[in-house]
Amino acid sequence: MTQPEPDSLWPLIEPLLTEAHDPVQYLGGELNSRSKDWSQDQSETIRWVLAFPDAYSVAVPNQGLQMLYEIINERPDALAERAYAPWPDMEQAMRRAGVEWFTVDSHRPASRFDIIGLSLSTELGYTNLLTCLDLSGLALHAKDRRQSDPLVIVGGHCAFNPEPLADFIDGAVLGDGEEVVGAITDSTRQWKEQGKPGGRAGLLERLARADLVYVPAFYTVGYDEQSKQIAQVFPNNPAAAPRPTKKTVLDLDEWQYPKAPLVPFAETVHERASVEIFRGCLRGCRFCQAGMITRPVRERSAPVIERMAQKAIAATGFDEVGLLSLSSADHSQIAKLAKTMADHYEGSQTGLSLPSTRVDAFNLELAQELHRGGRRSGLTFAPEGGSERMRRVINKQVTEEDLIKTVATAFGQGWRSVKLYFMCGLPTEETADVTQIAALAGRVIATGRATAGHKDISCTVSIGPFVPKPHTPFQWAAQCPPAVVDERLAALRQAVAALGKPGRAITIRAAPGRPAMLEGLLARGDRRVGTVIEAAWRAGARFDGWREYLDMDLWEETAAIVLAERGLSLDWYTTRPRDYDEVLPWDHLDAGLDRDWLWDDWVAATAAEGVEDCRWSSCYDCGVCTRLGTEIQLAVGL
Amino acid sequence: MSGRRPAPSTPPPPPAVQKLALRYAKRGTLRFASHRVLQRAFERAVRRADLPIAYSAGFTPHPRLSYLGAAPTGAASEAEYLLLRLSEVLPPALVQARLNAVMPPGLPILQAVTWDDAVFGDLAKQLTASLWQVELDQVDGAGVAASAAAFWALEEFQAIQVRPGPTGAAESSRGGARSKPPRQIEVRGNVLALDLAKTSGRPCPDPGKPCAILEMVLRHATPVVRPDDVIAALAATGLEIGLPPRATRLAQGVYAVETGLVQPFSRIAALAPKP
Ligand code: SF4
Repeated sequence: MTQPEPDSLWPLIEPLLTEAHDPVQYLGGELNSRSKDWSQDQSETIRWVLAFPDAYSVAVPNQGLQMLYEIINERPDALAERAYAPWPDMEQAMRRAGVEWFTVDSHRPASRFDIIGLSLSTELGYTNLLTCLDLSGLALHAKDRRQSDPLVIVGGHCAFNPEPLADFIDGAVLGDGEEVVGAITDSTRQWKEQGKPGGRAGLLERLARADLVYVPAFYTVGYDEQSKQIAQVFPNNPAAAPRPTKKTVLDLDEWQYPKAPLVPFAETVHERASVEIFRGCLRGCRFCQAGMITRPVRERSAPVIERMAQKAIAATGFDEVGLLSLSSADHSQIAKLAKTMADHYEGSQTGLSLPSTRVDAFNLELAQELHRGGRRSGLTFAPEGGSERMRRVINKQVTEEDLIKTVATAFGQGWRSVKLYFMCGLPTEETADVTQIAALAGRVIATGRATAGHKDISCTVSIGPFVPKPHTPFQWAAQCPPAVVDERLAALRQAVAALGKPGRAITIRAAPGRPAMLEGLLARGDRRVGTVIEAAWRAGARFDGWREYLDMDLWEETAAIVLAERGLSLDWYTTRPRDYDEVLPWDHLDAGLDRDWLWDDWVAATAAEGVEDCRWSSCYDCGVCTRLGTEIQLAVGL
Repeated sequence: MSGRRPAPSTPPPPPAVQKLALRYAKRGTLRFASHRVLQRAFERAVRRADLPIAYSAGFTPHPRLSYLGAAPTGAASEAEYLLLRLSEVLPPALVQARLNAVMPPGLPILQAVTWDDAVFGDLAKQLTASLWQVELDQVDGAGVAASAAAFWALEEFQAIQVRPGPTGAAESSRGGARSKPPRQIEVRGNVLALDLAKTSGRPCPDPGKPCAILEMVLRHATPVVRPDDVIAALAATGLEIGLPPRATRLAQGVYAVETGLVQPFSRIAALAPKP
C-alpha cells in the first residue's frame, strides 16, 4: 500500500516568508534541483528526505548530500528531496502557524517520506537535528515513533560516534554513501512490497542484518557504577552485527557525482563547481578525524576529473572549479592535472582553486600554476603545531626551515601575504610551544621583507582550539581546559607585541577556548550525553556552530545539572584523559582502524615520534587495508 | 588558494559595442528573491548563455549589467528593467531567447531592445513611477474601499518603515550587515492613483474568505515608498488585514493623469530611426 500524496505546504509557508530573513532559502527551484512525482512507475516508490541540519548557506554546497540527491533521483523507483534547518525566526513562525518541517523541492512535509537521511559534519548541528524532527511532528525519541513515521538515519563524519544521538535516531551509516543508499533503498522497497513485515522494527532488522545501518537500539550499553565508565556494549538483537563496519567506495571513477551541482539562489559559503579528486588522506596527522576515518586514499583519475569539471561548469555557470579533497596537492597526478586544467581555462573567465595547506615548495609551484598570470594575494599553510616538537607530536611533518624556505620563495615570486593555521591546546603542549608561533611569524615577515625587497608583507596567524576526536590516536587525550587555552593565546599575543614594529604585520585570529568544550562533549560523548542535548535544546539551544547563536552559559549550566545526577560532569567527558582499558563509546563501531595501532601511535605521540605517509614509505599497518579488504587506489595515466 | 582570470597582466577586456535594455518578470516563488539574488541569477545566466558580455576592467572584472530600481524582496513584478552591454552586436531577440533558455522559470525576459541613449534618452529617467497591483486575502472589499477613500482624502501620511537586515551568511561570524534602523517616510504624496475598480475581475482564491485587489500608481521617491507602506496606511485607518498583502508591479514608466503610465519601450517604435 502506498502512502497518499501529501499536499504541498506552500500555501501555508508563503505568508511566513514576508517576515522571514533570507526567504529565498526556503523556495527550492534552484538550477539543477529536482522535484519528482510522488509516485514513480513502480509498485513502491522509496522516498528520501536528504537533510543537512544547518543554514542553507552552509548546507547547500555539501558535496555528499548533492551526490546522494542525484544517485537516488536517477533511480526509477525512488525520489529524494532536500531539507535544511530553518533559521530561528522561521522556526518560530512555523510553530505559530503550525507548519511542519518541509522539503524545499516540493514543500512536502518531511514526516510523510520513508527515510529522513541527515548528514552531520559537525557535532554543533545536533540541536538543529532535534528542531527538524520536532517540527516534523515526530517523537524526539526513536522508541516513541509510530509505525508510519519515516526512519531517521544519520551519516557524515559525526556518524562515527552517533552515541550522543542514540535516543533520537533510528540508525547511522558509517562511511561512503554512494553504494549504501542504493542498498537501503532496495531493502526498503522489498520490505514495502512484502507488506512491511515486522513493521518499522522489521525494516531496521533487515538493514542491520545486511550491515547497512547501525541501529543503536539493537545494542545495550552497561555502565560501571564506580568508575562511571562504560562496562560493556553488547547486541540485544540477533540481527545486529557485533561490530558494524564503515562503507568504502573503492573506485571513484564509477561514481561521477555530482554531475550537475546545485546552483543556489542565495549566497553560500562555496560558490564553485567542486570535483572531488580523491578521498582519504594518508598524512596521518594524529588530531585529524577526517584523515583517519576516510582511509585509504582513493584517487579519481585525471581524465575523469577534467571531464567532470567541464560538465559541471557547463551545467552551472559557476566561474570557479574547486579541486576538492582533504589535501589536494597530494594527488599523484596533481602537477599534470593542474597544468592541463590551467591551460584549458586560460583566458576564460573560469578560475581554478585547490584547497591545500601543505607547507612545501611543491604546493607553491601548484599555486603558481593555478594563478598563472593572475593576482597573487595570499597563500595558506597549515603547520598546525607551533614548535618542532609539537609538530612531531601531532605528526605534521614540516620543519621550520621548510616553511621559511617556502615562504621566502613565495614572497620572491610576488605573493604578499601568508596565512598560517595552528591549533592550541594539543596534547603535551606547553606555553612555550604556542609562543613559538610569534617567533615563526616574525621570521616569516623578516624573510618576506628581505626577499621581496619591500615592506608590504603580512602574515595572518589563525588558531583554533584542539578538540580530541573519536577514531584518532588522540581519542584518549585530555582536552585542554579553556582557561589554559586562553592563557596561552594571551601569552602569544604578548610575544607578538614584543616583536615591536615587525609584529604589526602579524594578525592573530583566535577563537576563545570555551566553545570547544561543547564540541568536545558531543564528539566523545556516550549515550548519557543525549539527555544534555535534549535539555539544552528544550532550553533554546539552536545553531550552536554560529557564534551569534551559541549560548555557552546555557550549555554549561545544563550539562552541570543533567550530568551531576549521574555523578558525571563536563570535565569528565572533556579534560579527563582515557586509558587503554577504558571502553570508549565508539569502540563497537569499526572504522577500519586497528585499536592497538591507534594506541601505539598515541604512545608514540606523547614521545614526540612521527610516522611517514604510508603511500610514500612502507605500510605501517594501521589496519584499514587488511581489515576492510581495501587498498590504496592511485590514479593512473593522464 | 584560488585564481581568477583575466588578471592585470592580461589585455583589457574588449569594449562594449551594444547596449541592450531588457524587461523581465519576477514571478511565483521568486518574488522572494532579493536584489542580490537577482544579480547572481543574471550573472550566471549570461555565462551559461555564453553571451559576449562586456566586462569591466580591473582586478576583478565584472560583467556589465546594470539594474534599474529593483522591486523589493517579496514583491512580484512584470516590469523589471536591466541594461546589458555586449562586446559583439547581436539581435535583441536572440539574446532574449538565449537568456530565457537558461534563466530560472520564475525570471523570464519579456522584452529586449537595443537601447541607444542618443535616440531614446536615459532609461532610468523614464522609470519614475510604477503601477502596482496588491492582493489582499481575508479582507472585506467594502472595508478596503472605505479605507482607501479615507486615505485618498488625506493631505499626507507619515509611516514608519522597518527594514530587517539579512541573516544567515551575511550575519554570520564572518561579519556582515545588521538590521537598518526604522525610518519615517511620507506615503500619501507619493501615491499618484488608487483604484479599487479592478477588484471585481478576479475570483478570490478561497471563496469562503473575502479578498480584494487594489491597483495603485506610486511615484519613485527617495526613500522609496512601497505598496506595503500604503497597506500599512490603510491598516492605520482601521482596516483589518489577515495575511500579508501580495504586491505585483505591473508596469513602470512616466505617469501623468492625462496619459496614464507611459512605459519606456512603447516610445521606441516612434523614436527609432527608420531604415
Ligand atoms: S594532511 Fe593531515 S590534517 Fe590534512 S587531511 Fe591529511 S591527515 Fe588530516
